[in-house]
Amino acid sequence: MTLIPHTETDAAYVIRNAAAQGTRLSLCGGNSRVGFGNPVEGAEAMSSRGLSGIVDYEPAEMVMTARAGTPVAEIEAALAANRQMMAFEPMDHRGIMGTSGEPTIGGVFAANVSGPRRFVAGAARDSLLGIRFVNGQGQVIRAGGRVMKNVTGLDLVKLLAGSHGTLGFLTEVTFRVLPVPQSIETIVISGLDDAAAARAMASALSLPVEVSGAAHLPQTVKGRFVGGALPEGEATVLRLEGLAASVAVRAEKLAAVMKAFGPVSRLGQDKSVTLWREIRDVHPYADGTQKPLWRVSVAPSIGHQLVAALRLEAGVDAFYDWQGGLIWMRMEADPEAELLRRYIKALGGGHATLMRASEQVRAVTPAFEPQPDAVAALSARVKQKLDPAGIFSPGKMAGAL
Amino acid sequence: MSEAIEFLPPRPAVLSRRTAIIADLTDLLPAECVIHEARELVPFETDAFISYRRLPLAVVLPKTTAQVAAVMKYCHRYGVPVVPRGAGTSLSGGAIPQEDAIVLGLSKMSRILEVDYANRTATVQAGVTNLNISEAVGVDGFFYAPDPSSQLACTIGGNIGMNSGGAHCLKYGVTTNNLLGVKMVLVDGTVVDLGGKHLDSAGYDLLGLVCGSEGQLGIVTEATVRLIAKPEGARPVLFGFETSEEAGACVTDIIGSGVIPVAIEFMDKPAIEICEAFAHAGYPLDVGALLIVEVEGSEAEMEATLASVVEIARRHGVKTVRESQSAAEAALIWKGRKSAFGATGRIADYICMDGTVPLGKLSYVLKKTSEITDSFGLRVANVFHAGDGNMHPLILFNANDPEDAAKAEAAGNEILKLCVDAGGCLTGEHGVGIEKRDLMRHQYSDADLAQQMAVRSAFDEGWILNPSKVFPLDGRPAA
Repeated sequence: MTLIPHTETDAAYVIRNAAAQGTRLSLCGGNSRVGFGNPVEGAEAMSSRGLSGIVDYEPAEMVMTARAGTPVAEIEAALAANRQMMAFEPMDHRGIMGTSGEPTIGGVFAANVSGPRRFVAGAARDSLLGIRFVNGQGQVIRAGGRVMKNVTGLDLVKLLAGSHGTLGFLTEVTFRVLPVPQSIETIVISGLDDAAAARAMASALSLPVEVSGAAHLPQTVKGRFVGGALPEGEATVLRLEGLAASVAVRAEKLAAVMKAFGPVSRLGQDKSVTLWREIRDVHPYADGTQKPLWRVSVAPSIGHQLVAALRLEAGVDAFYDWQGGLIWMRMEADPEAELLRRYIKALGGGHATLMRASEQVRAVTPAFEPQPDAVAALSARVKQKLDPAGIFSPGKMAGAL
Repeated sequence: MSEAIEFLPPRPAVLSRRTAIIADLTDLLPAECVIHEARELVPFETDAFISYRRLPLAVVLPKTTAQVAAVMKYCHRYGVPVVPRGAGTSLSGGAIPQEDAIVLGLSKMSRILEVDYANRTATVQAGVTNLNISEAVGVDGFFYAPDPSSQLACTIGGNIGMNSGGAHCLKYGVTTNNLLGVKMVLVDGTVVDLGGKHLDSAGYDLLGLVCGSEGQLGIVTEATVRLIAKPEGARPVLFGFETSEEAGACVTDIIGSGVIPVAIEFMDKPAIEICEAFAHAGYPLDVGALLIVEVEGSEAEMEATLASVVEIARRHGVKTVRESQSAAEAALIWKGRKSAFGATGRIADYICMDGTVPLGKLSYVLKKTSEITDSFGLRVANVFHAGDGNMHPLILFNANDPEDAAKAEAAGNEILKLCVDAGGCLTGEHGVGIEKRDLMRHQYSDADLAQQMAVRSAFDEGWILNPSKVFPLDGRPAA
């Protein structure tokens, strides 16, 4: 059974009672990411989907306020009607997770879900301006506001973003939106191995052409994109967006430089839209399997080295986004958590999150990168200040969180 | 001098141990890193919020993270307050010390440690100035985006403390959007690394919490920041309007049209006159308000964007349009704006407000602002970042006249309340410091503030880090 409060006051009441009785609550939106994070024993599900609807949307101010349980689809439709969008491109996890349910805007921010534009335009947390939430004592707390620049007090907005429902129950979110670019083009460089692709992408990002997407799709996954329409060989793809005249000029410049790396072609507007949506949603690994799937964030120049090192010891399939710094990695058999995390550390740091695996694997594999002791202790103290009774999915992110 | 804002009473146990504390600090650090002679403490008694000053117990200027850690461990053990300081350019009193506090200055930690173009990052010590970073990477075609007006002097550590912005953050965001990682000394001397060259956090976003925490969560000693490829070109256009209302409406329309310029700066008539008299930038004097809109990119891109911006301005009855045809003309357009604070300082003392309002409320808030200053018999000049609603009314007054100074402070408080009531906030980029501390309850409920203070306590149970700042002095959790 899922608790579905229909007002913020009801939510606060439920949480106050749960805190008094020590009842654990597993907070969720539309449950499209169920199965993510460490399993939590004996928690009652509580969903924000009863708190739904856009509260305020001023297209001219590029700001929207919505109740946390509002479906992402409803938000996107309202934005599209005004030719606006969420710049951080929240992905839809249903494909890779094999879930159904309706993704909610609260869930997007609770999980800090960002797509291909993240490495240049910021994550979900960077667009989030203000929130209302219920803390673990059942108090309604407001943080941030509806203006872009705000340094009034501690930034609890960023703290709650990406806390996966372990610090508070989001009831309302206010976020910044941006105009949809008039024109999109993708430059494809074909036939590069992972290391050459990393060099090409770094070179592209050092040019004044405002690349807004940089991914490398090795041979094993390439055919799964745009219905197999990408040219022969591995595909290194670079996205340009903006006014049509400007995109045309920048595409010329970028193509001229990229020619030194390999054959260059262009995808055009429509296929570009499809390609970047499929990269966002990790299309090749929306495969209906339970094979362990990792989301790894490292420095862009490290990504391909990490994959090369792992391949010597394990069966790994992978592709790269964020200039090579975001690696989607599917393990053929064992999740190889320790091996993976050891190599990440050895190569300079980052983190690996287990997005998907069988129940048996999830039960014994920490979903989030274990933190150094001092940071873990600090995080536990922070959790204690928001959720003193420890009722919000204890252990979902780590031992004490 | 007005003294309306209170500080915490000095801790007698600390004051009485002054000599011992100085001796201990001298043991912990090289001799040249500890300052305690009264005469030498004077430069540290205030920051750019000069109406308030307090001599600290001592100043330490460590050279390494390990030295910072040693100082923090000591101060934590003996309950000695610590006030972190970068360049001391805070406009909200964030770096003003108190009699029982050690000022921990990062000015000796001013090295750029690594520039990594493949990953577009720079790792620097906290005392590096904001401008130094852009200068170090400029020859290679990169820059660091946040550009506060004080960027020549202010340090990256201070920028992180106040989550600083600048004219160009409309497009590139403020410090928190450009900060990838920090090395930070916790209150008990433990050193932690938050973030790095990778994106996002494996756990809670403590980095996001630290940015803008005004030196109350720890001492940042190193930072890794994002570098961006410099645009091919940038070009400002200057618009003169009959009224502030027309200019304000034009700003809203530019943003709403889908064009995002890199900066939209606003000046009202008093600001235009002050700046023109000082900088001779050729600003039109027959207009009521002026906008500087800057676009960037390739020639083609700038042409196209400027054309649409100019068309929007014409729809709002723009009176003067000046497009820059050369780098010299562009520099001249910016010269007046960039000298605004200096020029104002030559004709009067001023306090600079920092409230942010939703774009749709700009005209209303401007009108109300002059009504407020009129009612106090004071003059106000408005020069600010209009694209993101971050207002900077400069309230002119005479600092030698205590009554005038008190009036300026009162008018400032009224203006900030106005910003909050219009759906905005007390401070967009200068921080709360002591200046806006006692207005926090106007923006937040008791529960909101209690939650923030509880989180602060998770980092610093005894509240020794910058203790007189940000949160109202009454209603704090018991240490």
